[in-house]
Amino acid sequence: MHVLVLLLQILVLFAVVMLHVAYATYFERKIIGHMQVRMGPMRVGWHGLLQPIADGIKSFFKEDIIPEQADRPIFLAAPIICLVAMLTSLAVLPFAPGWVLADINIGLIFILAMSSLSSYGVILAGWASNSKYTFLGGLRSMAQVISYEIAMGLSLVGVMMLSGTLNLSKIVEAQGTSFGGMYIFPQIIAFFVFCVAMLAETNRVPFDLPEAETELVSGYATEYSGMRYAMFFMAEYIGMIVMSAIGTICFLGGWNGPFTVPGVPFFWFVLKIYLFLFVFIWIRATLPRYRYDQLMELGWKLLIPLALANIALTGIVKAIIG
Amino acid sequence: MTKPLHTTLDVPVAAGDEEGYSLRMGPQHPATHGVLRVDLELDGETILECTPHVGYLHRGFDKLAEHRTYAQGLILTDRLDYVGAMANNVGYCVAVERLLGIEVPLRARYIRTMVSEMSRICSHLLWLATHALDIGAMTVFLYCFREREVLLELFEELCGARLTFSYPRIGGVRQDVTHSFIRRLQEFARTFPDWIEDYETLIDTNRIWLKRTRGVGVISGEEALDLGITGPSLRGSGIRYDVRKARPYDAYALVDFEVPVGREGDIYARYRCRMEELRQSARIILQCIDQLPPGPIVGDDAPDLVMPLHGHPGKEADASRWGTGLVRLLRDRALFPRGEVYVSVEAPKGELGFYFVSDGSGRPYRMHIRSPSFIHIGALPTMAKGAMIADLIAIIGTLDVVLGECDR
Repeated sequence: MHVLVLLLQILVLFAVVMLHVAYATYFERKIIGHMQVRMGPMRVGWHGLLQPIADGIKSFFKEDIIPEQADRPIFLAAPIICLVAMLTSLAVLPFAPGWVLADINIGLIFILAMSSLSSYGVILAGWASNSKYTFLGGLRSMAQVISYEIAMGLSLVGVMMLSGTLNLSKIVEAQGTSFGGMYIFPQIIAFFVFCVAMLAETNRVPFDLPEAETELVSGYATEYSGMRYAMFFMAEYIGMIVMSAIGTICFLGGWNGPFTVPGVPFFWFVLKIYLFLFVFIWIRATLPRYRYDQLMELGWKLLIPLALANIALTGIVKAIIG
Repeated sequence: MTKPLHTTLDVPVAAGDEEGYSLRMGPQHPATHGVLRVDLELDGETILECTPHVGYLHRGFDKLAEHRTYAQGLILTDRLDYVGAMANNVGYCVAVERLLGIEVPLRARYIRTMVSEMSRICSHLLWLATHALDIGAMTVFLYCFREREVLLELFEELCGARLTFSYPRIGGVRQDVTHSFIRRLQEFARTFPDWIEDYETLIDTNRIWLKRTRGVGVISGEEALDLGITGPSLRGSGIRYDVRKARPYDAYALVDFEVPVGREGDIYARYRCRMEELRQSARIILQCIDQLPPGPIVGDDAPDLVMPLHGHPGKEADASRWGTGLVRLLRDRALFPRGEVYVSVEAPKGELGFYFVSDGSGRPYRMHIRSPSFIHIGALPTMAKGAMIADLIAIIGTLDVVLGECDR
């Protein structure tokens, strides 16, 4: 019985997240469209509301082209690795008090692990396609993930030190007693580092080098088509949602809000995630793209030292205040 | 066994370097602005060697022109730099007029100057749009297209075409400007500097933009001269050379404008030059409108194909005279002197030159086009050496090449 309930919960979560992914693409196109003095999708349904559904159906029925020179098993597996890793990390996210599939004690580490794992999908895709652009995209992704994973991990150390736990629900609860109910105030440096690393982790502008369409055509995804191509995109959007959730949980106080909305315990959590997603999209409409070496420079010379300084600072302050 | 032929399609591998990674960019690539192919030898992402290959859009204009009358050759120039076609038309007409010794009435000269500057704005807007998009700033792309659309609509009102105008003609222009055209153009030229500020707000002081453009694709003034670079790409390196000032044609000697010059010779300096040129172009347009004198729009001694639908513009419309121009053109051989002429104009991309050898037959014995894009692509290996792939994209963008003009 317990297993059945759990399966049902997983199914519901999966469906909700997938719907969010579909409509995240819609809102991205709409928001960017309006920022760029155009309309975005308008044809399919009222104001293009059915566009994501149409896109989904289209990618399902498209031919799945596998290049002859490709390393077939890895080529086929790569998008699945991406997607599964991202979906798995959803399991530990607490949406509201008690609303979590797997309330494990190492939630934060688990998420970092899964997000690293998903980059294997990107790297393997770049490698297995056996094409020049995808290979460069894969290499870029590898270097990017390694550098920014460190910065992101270090930025979260401050949060761990303050809350004294790695369990995501407990981190949220621990924040309730801190100033403003959010760790963003004592951990403002870490929040900055986290936000930049978050963009890099999810391959979003201005760090979208692995797919940089004007340089590497479509980077690691150049040879992919149909559903497998769509899977990379789903993974990217779930990645955005997961990273937004981590930002919300670790810095913005999770489900806590100025007042409780009766009947909707996850109200504030979801609202904060939407805020993050909007910022993701806003940045995409605003910024140019970094160059590969500049990206490395920013990661190693600025973000990692900043995150380390933040750890030291947090430690000292905590030792003094107690 | 015969040795297989070594064709240009074989990508050469750097001798003795087995670690070399060769990448063939283009001819189908999102950022090569047409059908440019660049063969790269890479070390990681650093470019060791860069070999551009052109010719994928070759249509043989130089040869085609030999079988057309001078008037018919005009339409070929539309297809050179299709982003700023008006400047090519004007350049061609100026060259033929110089060859035939035709005097252009003042009003036509002002109109030509005006439309040349319009096409410069068009071209620079498209350059800025695609250049910014290449570097990753997507919004600038759509902002620029918004203003470009206004200009294209103005062109449409002027001559019915949005891209391939063939509006100037030998000895003047095809149709007179209308009042509503002048009014709308004036309104545009007045508001345009505000739009330029809009673009600059987005990218001018953006840290990432500065990082991507400052100190990248540097070329010194001397090198640029050696490579034959002209136009804003040359002025970005500190050389004050502009055909509009050096050898004024049309009404450029009568209007007041400045030639912006950069210093550093990097992508950012060239970007600043072009942005200033946009402002100057708007200024020139306003002056042309203010000074536009009344009078005929085509010279009396201009030989041309009569436009059957429009009569002979500038002269009294008389249906019975249809075709007289053509007849005169074919019969009156004495009209065309023997000899050669090279005339260049300041096209948006750089110095666009036309070289004619005339044997007096009414058709050019030889026409050669000095297209800035072709020469600028020649500078690519020098500029891209040691840069990264992302820089190469920015360098192709900053040279502002249009392959239609390069391959002719």
